[in-house]
Amino acid sequence: MFAAALIVFRESLEAALIISIMAAATRGIPARARWIVTGVLAGLAGAAVVASSMELISNLASGMGQELFNAGILTLAVGMLAWHNIWMSVHGREMAAQAMNTARAINEGTREQSVIFIVVALAVLREGSETVLFLYSLATSSADGFRTTVNGGLGGLAAGALVGGLLYAGLLRIPLRWFFSITGVLVLLLAASMASQAARFLIQADLLPSLGAPLWDTSAVLSQTTAVGMLLHGLVGYDPQPAGMQILFYVVVLVIIASAMWWVTPRGPRKTR
Amino acid sequence: MKRLLATALLSFVAATAFAAGDEFTLTIKDHAFEPKEITLPAGKKVKLLVVNKDATPAEFESKPLGREKVIPGKASATINLGPLKPGRYAFVEEYHENEAAAQGTIIVQ
Ligand SMILES: [Cu+2]
Repeated sequence: MFAAALIVFRESLEAALIISIMAAATRGIPARARWIVTGVLAGLAGAAVVASSMELISNLASGMGQELFNAGILTLAVGMLAWHNIWMSVHGREMAAQAMNTARAINEGTREQSVIFIVVALAVLREGSETVLFLYSLATSSADGFRTTVNGGLGGLAAGALVGGLLYAGLLRIPLRWFFSITGVLVLLLAASMASQAARFLIQADLLPSLGAPLWDTSAVLSQTTAVGMLLHGLVGYDPQPAGMQILFYVVVLVIIASAMWWVTPRGPRKTR
Repeated sequence: MKRLLATALLSFVAATAFAAGDEFTLTIKDHAFEPKEITLPAGKKVKLLVVNKDATPAEFESKPLGREKVIPGKASATINLGPLKPGRYAFVEEYHENEAAAQGTIIVQ
């Protein structure tokens, strides 16, 4: 029962952090709540499909299908987060001015809505498919039995959602002046962390060299299994034993998105409205 | 140019395929690893074939090695490793990671 709660908590925490940051970052975009809910539902449906076809996926690409599938999902999510952040750099000021008044919504908001949907759905799909397989494996095999596994799983899910909710509530307390800069940085770190995870799967598939594995080891100082380690892993991609290639991906994606955001940000003196 | 690139890419794939070295087997039965300790050679690429004899899915995970892979029930999966430095690397079957039988060690020497 405790094992079920812990593993489901860990997986749902990762998805919950991504959803909370997206929900905060898209503050002021009309109908955003509906797109988030639809994204979660689509992700859950996708997770069930992925879990039931795991054998098929695993056998693709001469046994490396799983690695390529994970790397693909993560890369797609990185692209969406990048697009979101660059879009926000252009429209951030208008958004900040209008965040409290959704009636004067920006037209381009409709395209931004599909980004919310895709990012949320991909996060739930990836973390959810592992959880579905885990619950299946545990419910049918362990001494715990079906009911305690489900109870433990629901407890873990609730705890994950609670941490995500706390993060969201915390973000909403930030003064509007800084709000979009701070959520922008969070989304940027999320994208870099997903890129580094994609690199890890490409190393595992033997398509990329590891460039030092691990490059350093801080697991004695801060293990990824501690509460702080788990939170830092979900928020900024903390990995106590990263491969050199993961660091390279992290830094390159961070620099590319940050430069693009800086490039498109309207500058010069602005009249206050 | 395009053909040159394709040839280069193909020879790269072929090179990595041939560079892949020895294969070692690890079995999961009743959520227990057999053997619990496996010795691999240092400094070269190796393949670890994980055979899951249970009807339920398992997940091979090693944080120190940076590897995680789901193995469906009654199936096997290959995990690429290395080149590794000498040392001890822990791994678990993530779905039962708290049980002693679902924990193992890779010894590289
Ligand atoms: Cu995960």
